[in-house]
Amino acid sequence: MMRWVTFAAAAAALIGSLATAPARAEGDHMALPKQSWSFAGPFGTFDRAAAQRGFQVYNEVCSACHQLHHAYYRDLTGIGLSAEQVAAIAASKSISDIGDDGAPMDRPGLPSDHFKAPYANDLAARAAQNGALPPDLSLIIKARDGGADYVYALLTGYSAAPSNMKMSDGMNYNKYFVGNQVAMTPPLSEGRVTYADGTPASVNQMAKDVVTFLAFISEPETEQRKALGVRIVLFFVLMTGLTYAVKRKVWSDVDH
Amino acid sequence: MAGLHKSEFTNPVINWVDSRLPIFTMMQKEYGVFPTPKNFNYFWNFGALAMVTLMIMIATGIFLAMNYTAHTSMAFDSVQRIMRDVNYGWLIRYVHANGASMFFLVTYVHIFRGLYYGSYKAPRELLWILGVVILLIMMATAFFGYVLPWGQMSYWGATVITNLFSAIPVVGEPIVTWLWGGFSVANPTLNRFFALHYLLPFVLIGIVFLHVAALHVTGSNNPLGIDVKGPQDTLPFHPYYTIKDSVGLCLFLAIFAGFVFFAPNFFGAADNEIPANPLVTPAEIVPEWYLLPFYAILRSVPSKLGGVLMMFGSIGLLFVVPWLDTSPVRSCKFRPVYRWFLALLVIACIVLGMVGAHRPEGIWVLLGRLGTIYYFLHFLVILPVLGKLERPLPLPESISKPVLRGGGPLPSGAAAKPMEKA
Ligand code: HEC
Ligand code: HEM
Repeated sequence: MMRWVTFAAAAAALIGSLATAPARAEGDHMALPKQSWSFAGPFGTFDRAAAQRGFQVYNEVCSACHQLHHAYYRDLTGIGLSAEQVAAIAASKSISDIGDDGAPMDRPGLPSDHFKAPYANDLAARAAQNGALPPDLSLIIKARDGGADYVYALLTGYSAAPSNMKMSDGMNYNKYFVGNQVAMTPPLSEGRVTYADGTPASVNQMAKDVVTFLAFISEPETEQRKALGVRIVLFFVLMTGLTYAVKRKVWSDVDH
Repeated sequence: MAGLHKSEFTNPVINWVDSRLPIFTMMQKEYGVFPTPKNFNYFWNFGALAMVTLMIMIATGIFLAMNYTAHTSMAFDSVQRIMRDVNYGWLIRYVHANGASMFFLVTYVHIFRGLYYGSYKAPRELLWILGVVILLIMMATAFFGYVLPWGQMSYWGATVITNLFSAIPVVGEPIVTWLWGGFSVANPTLNRFFALHYLLPFVLIGIVFLHVAALHVTGSNNPLGIDVKGPQDTLPFHPYYTIKDSVGLCLFLAIFAGFVFFAPNFFGAADNEIPANPLVTPAEIVPEWYLLPFYAILRSVPSKLGGVLMMFGSIGLLFVVPWLDTSPVRSCKFRPVYRWFLALLVIACIVLGMVGAHRPEGIWVLLGRLGTIYYFLHFLVILPVLGKLERPLPLPESISKPVLRGGGPLPSGAAAKPMEKA
């Protein structure tokens, strides 16, 4: 009996300490509507079709302003593209490099290249964007409280500013951005891209797809991690049961 | 032969080594036949869990260090390379990052165990003091480690914490400059923090060794808090406690793995996924959860120097707990009043932890002050005074005699019926 009391106490300590962690997630953000994501939960995987459509949205829309600093073209095999498709996508980009003669030159991209950045550096990005810096998107899902739900909400959260709000020059009203004034113009509009698989390109659809893609790019190891995790957690749970049985056997001749 | 140890091992190779360097005899004495009270509950698992976690941290840390670059212009990217390009780098890093939280979790339970069962009292004062030293070094190590990925929280956390020293009158500012190796947190700071982060865990091993050495002089305390009276009260450590510790270890690793594989960023802050930027202050600078109660104490005191002193004082107090407690009884099992105050202390620490995670506004200011006041009141007033006033319950004669509940003896035969028989 005592054993369970002590376990309960340990569990309470655990929960108590955990309860403090999410507390810092709150902030000035509006409550985010929860979406259902294919990659959520312990068994979730990336919806390949959605992630590929999402790459198309990134490629045709977001990549004009945002880089994917930590990602490589080769990562795209993780959303179900073949090696040939990836090579073709990479080759369609022109990458600045240094030639054999030591002079700067452009060459077609390779799968081993990082995604091409739209601007040479942050200053160039700011100069082109009215002083605002479009952040790197390769970690964006991890780098915002609310993660995928937040980025989806941001992309779909544009509307006309309330009449009593004074907007600064070049700023756009967005319900979910801190302070509600964001420098990014609404990037998505009905039919902004044409999907090869015929999916209607509504704003919500494109937002959902691009967030799925960005979630993959933020944590490309997700599927491998969860698959391995199921086996490892099961192993330790099983071992707990086994060692407990052995423990009872060993202790069976002790009065205590 | 003169000078050789008389080894009892029969295996010729082991015997040869053991005769010249009796490490096998020592292991056998300290971990094999070591007489251990037979009435431990599962709270006695946590020391072993902390030891295993320390080894996991060092093993993963060394592999991280092989791929990490301690330079402000490359640190963040090198961590991303570990996550994406190093084989199983994500696993190594997530074990290390979550391992820090697990380490503090088991250590805090371990400390609570010590407080509840009075393990700090004579003759185990030095053992307890070494434990507090371990806690301090762990905190320093974790703080330095959190700076290494060079995200926003790394940078601003380092700035806030190092700036605390500027509260010291006169020499404060020069000390901070000296700590930084410059006039702000910058590359020299990152470099020395990496060196210290690599060093301190090995210092920790040394102190842990002394901690265990001291334990093996006094012997373990036990849930009844009474001294071992003879061999009938003890069991050899192996196999009884090796197997009992293994049960806890497997369960612990299952929970640990649950975080690593299914919620690896649960303890992390989103802001630390943004590269450090000295020009942009995050909306809130929050330390890792295990430092939050101390951070709350710091912010609950209206003066900066006062806050710093109280924060360090809150840990410093732990050193003198063996002398603050005046009760002759160790275990809270027989301290009907103190037990509740200890529960209150745990609540105060949890509340302080929550306060530390929130902006000091509204109700949080009040809660922070109440928690801080109780924390100090507990150790400085309740512990010394209550020990004199409280009437402890009658202690059992010995560990192997049944516990006297409410003073009356148990029906005969009850003790011969262990509940756990298979
Ligand atoms: C015309 C350039 C442009 C395009 C195209 C663009 N963005 Fe942005 N984006 C920006 C700028 C500028 C900011 C910085 C906003 C600020 O700080 O006010 C930004 C900020 C963001 C943020 C960060 C918001 C935050 O919480 O800080 C996200 C997420 C984002 N963009 C996603 C996207 C996605 C997804 C796409 C493609 C569908 C996209 N952007 C297309 C310019 C652009
Ligand atoms: C007492 C044991 C230790 C503790 C409590 C500890 C704690 C931490 C913490 C909290 C981090 C930040 C994790 C993150 O958010 O990414 C970290 C990072 C790091 N640690 Fe440790 N650590 C320990 C031992 C070690 C050892 C022994 C080494 C090297 C031999 C090491 C090397 C590193 C490296 C290279 C990083 C940066 C990479 C990263 O951020 O993931 N650690 N440590």
